Amino acid sequence: MSHTATAPEATTEHALRAFLHGLPGVDEVGARARAQDLSTRSIKTTAKAAAIDLAISMVDLTTLEGADTPGKVRSLCAKAALPDPADRSVPKVGAVCVYPDMVATAVEALRGTGVGVASVATAFPAGRAPLEVKLADTRRAVADGAGEIDMVIDRGAFLSGDLLKVHEEIVAVKEACGAAHLKVILETGELVTYDNVRRASHLAMRAGGDFIKTSTGKVSPAATLPVTLVMLEAVRDHHATTGRRVGVKPAGGIRTTKDALRNLVLVNEIAGPEWLTPDLFRIGASSLLNDLLMQRTRLSTGTYPGPDYYTQD
Amino acid sequence: MIFEYAPAPESRSVVSLRETYDLFVDGEFTPASSGEYLTSLNPADEEKLAQVAVAGEADVDRAVAAARRAQETVWGRMSGAERGKYLFRIARIIQERSRELAVLETLDNGKPIKETRDVDLPLVAAHFFYYAGWADKLAHAGFGPDPRPLGVAAQVIPWNFPLLMLAWKIAPALATGNTVVLKPAETTPLTALVFAEICQEADLPPGVVNILTGAGETGRALVEHPGTDKVAFTGSTEVGRRIARAVAGTDKRLTLELGGKGANIVYDDAAIDQAVEGVVTGIFFNQGHVCCAGSRLLVQESIAAEFLPRLRARIEKLRLGDPLDKNTDIGAINSAAQLERVRALTDTADEEGVERWSPACDLPERGYWFAPTVLTGVGQSHRVAREEIFGPVLSVLTFRTPEEAVAKANNTAYGLSAGVWTEKGSRMLWTAERLRAGVIWSNTFNKFDPTSPFGGYKESGYGREGGRHGLEAYLG
Amino acid sequence: MAERRESKKKGAAKGPARDGATTEARSAAPTAPARLAVKKTYKLYLGGAFPRSESGRSYPVTSADGTHLANASLASRKDARDSVALARKAFGGWSGRTAYNRGQILYRVAEVMEGRHGQFADQLVAARGLTRAEADRIVSAAVDRWVYYAGWTDKFAQVIGGSNPVSGPYYNHSAPEPTGVVVVFAPQTAPLLGLTSVLAPVIATGNTAVVVASEAAPLPAVDLAEVLATSDVPGGVVNLLTGGVGELGPHLAAHADVNALDLAGTGDLATGFEETAATTLTRVLRPGPEADGGEDAWLDTDPGTTRMTPFLETKTVWHPVGV
Repeated sequence: MSHTATAPEATTEHALRAFLHGLPGVDEVGARARAQDLSTRSIKTTAKAAAIDLAISMVDLTTLEGADTPGKVRSLCAKAALPDPADRSVPKVGAVCVYPDMVATAVEALRGTGVGVASVATAFPAGRAPLEVKLADTRRAVADGAGEIDMVIDRGAFLSGDLLKVHEEIVAVKEACGAAHLKVILETGELVTYDNVRRASHLAMRAGGDFIKTSTGKVSPAATLPVTLVMLEAVRDHHATTGRRVGVKPAGGIRTTKDALRNLVLVNEIAGPEWLTPDLFRIGASSLLNDLLMQRTRLSTGTYPGPDYYTQD
Repeated sequence: MIFEYAPAPESRSVVSLRETYDLFVDGEFTPASSGEYLTSLNPADEEKLAQVAVAGEADVDRAVAAARRAQETVWGRMSGAERGKYLFRIARIIQERSRELAVLETLDNGKPIKETRDVDLPLVAAHFFYYAGWADKLAHAGFGPDPRPLGVAAQVIPWNFPLLMLAWKIAPALATGNTVVLKPAETTPLTALVFAEICQEADLPPGVVNILTGAGETGRALVEHPGTDKVAFTGSTEVGRRIARAVAGTDKRLTLELGGKGANIVYDDAAIDQAVEGVVTGIFFNQGHVCCAGSRLLVQESIAAEFLPRLRARIEKLRLGDPLDKNTDIGAINSAAQLERVRALTDTADEEGVERWSPACDLPERGYWFAPTVLTGVGQSHRVAREEIFGPVLSVLTFRTPEEAVAKANNTAYGLSAGVWTEKGSRMLWTAERLRAGVIWSNTFNKFDPTSPFGGYKESGYGREGGRHGLEAYLG
Repeated sequence: MAERRESKKKGAAKGPARDGATTEARSAAPTAPARLAVKKTYKLYLGGAFPRSESGRSYPVTSADGTHLANASLASRKDARDSVALARKAFGGWSGRTAYNRGQILYRVAEVMEGRHGQFADQLVAARGLTRAEADRIVSAAVDRWVYYAGWTDKFAQVIGGSNPVSGPYYNHSAPEPTGVVVVFAPQTAPLLGLTSVLAPVIATGNTAVVVASEAAPLPAVDLAEVLATSDVPGGVVNLLTGGVGELGPHLAAHADVNALDLAGTGDLATGFEETAATTLTRVLRPGPEADGGEDAWLDTDPGTTRMTPFLETKTVWHPVGV
């Protein structure tokens, strides 16, 4: 039950290991069953309308392709600021998420919209680069105007047991972020077990991450409901211990309104309603936004719209 | 922002209730000889659902005679393969009509639609499907090369899982070549009567299944009727004792599935979130109307101070209300009488100085409701730690060592179920080995499966239902 | 046995005059045998010891033809209560032993019994009026019955239990466990093979037993207790009461700490005991057709699991399967 014990001040390899391995285990079947049970929650009518708008405001509209161009990024930014040109009551998304070399383009495109710019960094997605390179990557993105940095942890170090290395890298990147918010991508698909997800979550929070994020979107499985559930338990417990609220960002594989609503139900019932804000919950996605818009239209008009009525960006 | 779930009621339109239901005897619905009826209510709002006939001794005679005739002339002589095909057919019709049955069960019983839809009905169909496959394989079941049916089975079932208990009784009886006279509970007869329609729909020969509705007197007449070969009862230990006495000295075989006071042991190394969940499931599933409920939480003292706030926080998330709402976790108490019993027993805790806690939750004005309740500071000697409450009331006790946990868990006249929560495999096995109970759920709770034998030690009854073991009760 | 009969005090007059000495003694001066045989006192067997009944009572036991054989302890209600407590105390240890170890011990019972073959045969000749050949056959069958159940100890769990393929990510396993303390009313007309046939399956499966011996023919049971006491069967695993079924039975049937009854030797009392047992849901094995058939009714060499399963509980354990 050491996860509610006060974390030791000085972080040594020994203290870190003792802390993370002292966390209670996660029973895989039980965690899946709980997520499955919550996924049967039925969100209808007014609740659904409110949830869809909330979900839109939590979207980190993402493009992370080798083929990304300034044109593509600008078009995405336009969509982020005004998701449905036909309906100005649609909220804007939480942020646009791009590669570091596209930050300047995105910042320019979003100026004055209130939509943030997030940049992946630290040799995303593999993270297999020397620390100096990762830090330089980060500093450059921040310098170009990114308000949020999505870093990847060194999964190799984590799996080999070098927890201190993972920790120190996060601390260093956090420092490099300056005022920018740091989201720490655990890449849970490579950590495999929920025990690892829980440990990595606590490690990232201890090291100063403002958000913990499931995945790069480049590895399958990405953001499954049980993984998000375990991470939501972690931020809930971290808050109970430290008083600090850390955000959660599932990313990858959330494509439909139903997926998004299931995530919001998890947030509501596991971490609590305090987390139901874009400051503490984001959804990393690209195609999700249009499905949210379609469902929103259906709710308000009662008819099923088609995909051609929404912009493809 | 507060995230409220809007009402999400399941449609009642899938159920078409008749105003009155008669007895199902020899393949036909026929009135009771007394002409008497009782009313089945929806416990969630006290609305009348339907009138059902009250069977008396003459009706029992008639049903037993029909069952005997069917057993001797048709069912007992039929090849196992053909018997099995009838059961497969019944299983399929149950699947086809599962939403209708789920809604009806929720209306009649008060349990949440989430449970009838996702637990009761899938298990009912699975149970028939499982035993259907046994019908032509009985020689391989380990009860001799040529096991024979006993004859006519008298079966009496409770109100907590009406259709599931029917399946547990009827499927193995029919698979083994017996015919049955079954009495559903007084307060939850309706799904059994729809099941009777399903028997007709499946062209089951008349008399193989007979359903007699009524109250305690009907049940007594049935279990004491000299014309049956087997009595199977699920219900209270009190009634179980009476039945055991009544069949003494006869040639009737008897299986009893009775009460429980299950312990749910949480060790200090448990996977805490899943343990909290398991404790909640253990006692609040089906409003605690579960004979195998984990009604005693035994939490290791060293983690009690952390575990209990987590448990309370989780209970605060439970949604109590309209059982037909898909988001309801806790439904109605089944009857006014049961509500009174839950209240009375729980009140003894107040008198005995036990600390009582319930989350803030609004109880509907109409219907029978009881808020989830946690009793802390409970000692082994308190009544709430010893007697079955059969409601959403959890008694919390602590222990210091594994030996103490096992001793406290076993310190009851019952022995139906127990739970163990630990991440240490050897400790789990050590504990499971020492618990005197028929079902041990380790790192899970309230799981059921047609292949898994279920039944108790000590005063929780005898015999097993489910699995290969469940055949034994119906073979001579 | 011969010596014992010859040397008994009260029964001398009606005892068979093997050498005519007693008849002559009436007219002649009192004589004494060259060596006075040492007579056995037949006592109870409780918790591994051989006490007399706490009541101090005994009752005469006669042979098939009415000859006084010995005085057996007439167990009291308190003896019955003590025996249940002793059986309960022994239950944890006995049921906790490995099945292999229980098999070794039961085989040891057979070995020791074989060594006393003649003694048991003598008892049967006296008690049941069997011919020596018949008695030998019954004793052999009884020895073989212990061997039979010695072999069962580590097999019944595999035969009766097993894994259940539940529809979900769970390991699910059912295994039989002993029900606890079993009161065995031994068959009245089958004091050795019948007794062995009902007792051996009870303890082979890890239960502990309170045996109420054949009321009329309790002596073979006491001899068997001596075998058990010298065969590494822990004290309390088998507790033997001699005395009245009608006197002891109601208390044992009503005893809340008794888990099961084997009513083989209860005759007309069976229904009453079953009714009493219902109060605490005590498991009951009703008397079968062999119950009153004499020793020959128990000659089936392969009774299978029929006398074990009534004293076994099935425990099913679930556990999730995950990483």
